[in-house]
Amino acid sequence: MMEKTGELFTIFFAALIINNIVLTQYLGLCVYMGVSKKVEPAFGMAVAATFIMGTSTFFCWLLYTLVLKPLGMDFLAIIVFVLIVSSLVQFTETYTKKMSPGLYYAVGIYLILLASNCAVLAPPLRNMEKGYGLMESIVNGIGLGMGFGLAIVLFSYIRERLELCDIPESFKGLPIAFITTGLIALAFMGFSGMVKL
Amino acid sequence: MLVMQVLSTVDKLVAFVPEQKVPETIPHAFLGETVLVITLIGLVLGGLLAFAAGKFKVEENPLIEKVEDVLPKGQCGACGFAGCRGYAEAVALKEAVPANLCIPGGEKTATQVAVITGKSLGETVKVAARLKCTAEAATGAPMKFRYEGIADCAACNLFQGGCSECAYGCLGFGSCARACPFGAIEMKDGRPAISAERCTGCGICVRTCPRQCIEILPQKCMVRCRCNNPGKGSEVKKMCPSACIGCGLCAKKCPHSLITMENNLPVIQCEKCPPDCPMPCAEKCPTGALSPQKEPAQKAAS
Repeated sequence: MMEKTGELFTIFFAALIINNIVLTQYLGLCVYMGVSKKVEPAFGMAVAATFIMGTSTFFCWLLYTLVLKPLGMDFLAIIVFVLIVSSLVQFTETYTKKMSPGLYYAVGIYLILLASNCAVLAPPLRNMEKGYGLMESIVNGIGLGMGFGLAIVLFSYIRERLELCDIPESFKGLPIAFITTGLIALAFMGFSGMVKL
Repeated sequence: MLVMQVLSTVDKLVAFVPEQKVPETIPHAFLGETVLVITLIGLVLGGLLAFAAGKFKVEENPLIEKVEDVLPKGQCGACGFAGCRGYAEAVALKEAVPANLCIPGGEKTATQVAVITGKSLGETVKVAARLKCTAEAATGAPMKFRYEGIADCAACNLFQGGCSECAYGCLGFGSCARACPFGAIEMKDGRPAISAERCTGCGICVRTCPRQCIEILPQKCMVRCRCNNPGKGSEVKKMCPSACIGCGLCAKKCPHSLITMENNLPVIQCEKCPPDCPMPCAEKCPTGALSPQKEPAQKAAS
């Protein structure tokens, strides 16, 4: 039991920082750039992303293991995962709009941005590649989601400061944002190889 | 716990499912199977979504959408509600909320909202933001020190109370100009030049300024005091040559008794000023802090 928990923690930590989905795997950059202009939307997006990535890994793993693999249709994985993620996003939006309007206005408006985002498709595919079981998949999914949230919140604080700095005209806005993200990714590269996975 | 039960059930399910291999050459029958599986998954998910859409339908008053359509959607909050949607909901659902709260929308929007919600209209007063400090940095309080930091008024204000000798005046780093959602403020000569045409009176600049030296006044105000400093007499005059020293001459000279002194600063009931008044208040002001309102020249904005 203890080894299992230790293993799960390793997977979680690796997903959160070492294989950070934005800064190490370079996925989900359009949402990352779009929502990181101010701090509050960034927090909202972080929560939405963690939730979607966590739950979608569960359903994708279920469908993959119980339907696709036995029928020998592994190659359908990508298409089916996209279907599941989009449906899950739509369902979550509908549900929260009705059941909790407060939550919907705080977090739900960012859900639709994640409907066909590569960052949300990545956790199920990675789980499939590595052949994780159920608990490992869920932990990996939540870890990658929180990694996305961490990157986007950190960057939103930096970006708010960037607005006030003296930047050459042609670099204002996205160019300097990309350069800064590259520098942060360089820093995160220092984590690579910490955990052998 | 429920979670552990669910997980163990899933584990048992998985144990039942046998492994299968994909054949080397894919026979036509298998392709058919693939198409069938995808179609089935699609149908199931689609059905689930349709069911969810039906069961979790949110009934909304159609008036709200109609009102929201005619609002300018600047999300400025001048109406006092959380964005245009907030105002649309309030005005459509509540009897007491008036139809003319949208200041950026002006009369046109107020009329449309009144028509949609069936409410009667009051009168909208055109307002504009005005700076309570000298029109040029050169005629105002000198700098205590040269500030080289983040070019933001709030940031400068945090550092030893700002770089200006006067603790209540404009610092000139342009936070208000950046905050204005309508592009009505331009920094010129170290002071914001506010265009009355573009200003909608939303009040965002007032909230942004760390010195609270911008105020919203009716546009037709003919005179105003360009000073925010509640100090009196020579101590204020030493700081800034154009400051209001709180002498009260303007209040004494006003022929219509529209000026009162509060905190050593004049409070003018400018809506009541007759348009033909020769403005002895401005004539008698010893420092020129109280002066007639002139519109600043602003180049055509892009």
